[in-house]
Amino acid sequence: MNQPLRMTGSAEIDGTPIFSQLDLTLTPHSWTCLLGASGVGKSTVLRLFAGLAEGVTFDGVLSDTGRVAMMAQQDLLMPWLSVLDNVMLGARVRGERPDKDRARERLVQVGLADHADKLPPALSGGQRQRVALARTLMEDRAIVLLDEPFSALDALTRAQMQELTADLLTGRTVLLVTHDPNEAARLGQKILIMTPSGLVEVAAPFTPIPRDIHAQDVLRTQTDLFDHLRRPI
Amino acid sequence: MNGWRAGIAATCLVLVLWQTVIWTTGVARFILPPPALVAQTIWESRALLTEHAAVTMAEVLIGLLLGAALGFVSAIGLAASPTVRALVRPILVFSQAVPVFALAPILTLWLGFGLWSKITMTIIIIYFPVTSSFFDALMRTNRDWIGLAKVMGASPARIMWHIRVPAALPGFASGLRLAVVYAPIGAIIGEWVGASKGLGYLMLLANGRAKTDLMFAALIVLAVLTILLHTAVNRLCEKTLDRPEVS
Repeated sequence: MNQPLRMTGSAEIDGTPIFSQLDLTLTPHSWTCLLGASGVGKSTVLRLFAGLAEGVTFDGVLSDTGRVAMMAQQDLLMPWLSVLDNVMLGARVRGERPDKDRARERLVQVGLADHADKLPPALSGGQRQRVALARTLMEDRAIVLLDEPFSALDALTRAQMQELTADLLTGRTVLLVTHDPNEAARLGQKILIMTPSGLVEVAAPFTPIPRDIHAQDVLRTQTDLFDHLRRPI
Repeated sequence: MNGWRAGIAATCLVLVLWQTVIWTTGVARFILPPPALVAQTIWESRALLTEHAAVTMAEVLIGLLLGAALGFVSAIGLAASPTVRALVRPILVFSQAVPVFALAPILTLWLGFGLWSKITMTIIIIYFPVTSSFFDALMRTNRDWIGLAKVMGASPARIMWHIRVPAALPGFASGLRLAVVYAPIGAIIGEWVGASKGLGYLMLLANGRAKTDLMFAALIVLAVLTILLHTAVNRLCEKTLDRPEVS
């Protein structure tokens, strides 16, 4: 996965344009943040990369992504499977032999080693999202798609999850769709704002991620992003 | 055990009303036997009642097992294939417009007076509720779960078996709960039309000989068995198929 991933083209659903003349490139081994107002088509872009855009007519060129891993706003844990079995869901649905030891290591990484045998409803929202992260890591893909994965969490849990996720996904090609300028400023190595007239790139800080919430460059970028998002189109 | 207390209270209320009707109207005992006489008949005819109840229960249990299995498989088939859905759904809806009672004589003609005409009747009566509640649940699977499994590289068949079916089991359980209450109706209808054993046959026989007390006795035994079966299936569903909703 050393070739940049590129999507150029237009998309519509039932004749209603979602976006047009988009040109998006994901830099390999780095985090690209896609910001924008609701309804501007951020999620459609992510779903096109995931191969899940049913009902969307895409006209353009999209690099072959191979198999990707995805993490969404909802944890999407199967309530009838234990935490450990949820982490091994990929193997189960593909009919492969699940690797229990590796799954336990993933749970150690997200700090839930003691919860392996519990059912998801017994966990808190933050813990469930950490199981979802462990499941994403278990897939071990070069490309990881994150669809507002922290937006349903409280502020403190969100900050912790951002740090954990950034640490554990280092070196992978990540597309993070978010509506939170602070999140983009902390995690983005390339930050793009999606508008109806196309993509606007906003300079991201050069420091390694995850960046400290109080860092000067994070605060400056966050202010920049707010200004861009508020600017009338 | 508040449910039990309420049940006992309700039973007492019915018994009091029943006895009051007899005292106030002075109705003959071959038209409406008093509760005490029915209780006495149940005790005295316990061997007879047990023998016939065993036959009816066998029909109900076998019918329930086969009907539930058939409903389980059909719902999966319907959910898996739009073609099957387009072809079979109108037939299913039409079949519900046919009064099942009218089918009983034909089933007896085709399958004889033995167990199988009653079992078939039971299957027919429970098939629709089981199939339709399980099918509805299968069609309501969280789209994002299916999307996640697709991204993971799962085939439609594996998505069905590992995501949609387990997600829909609570729906199957509610179909099963309905089926348990309907199943004895199927067996009894079958027995009314032509049988030499079973509580339905016994009721018809007792009625014909003006042994109303025995008819009531058979009716009460049937009702009690149905309630016990419902309770058992309910417990089983709570332990295995149900799950608390996740917020």
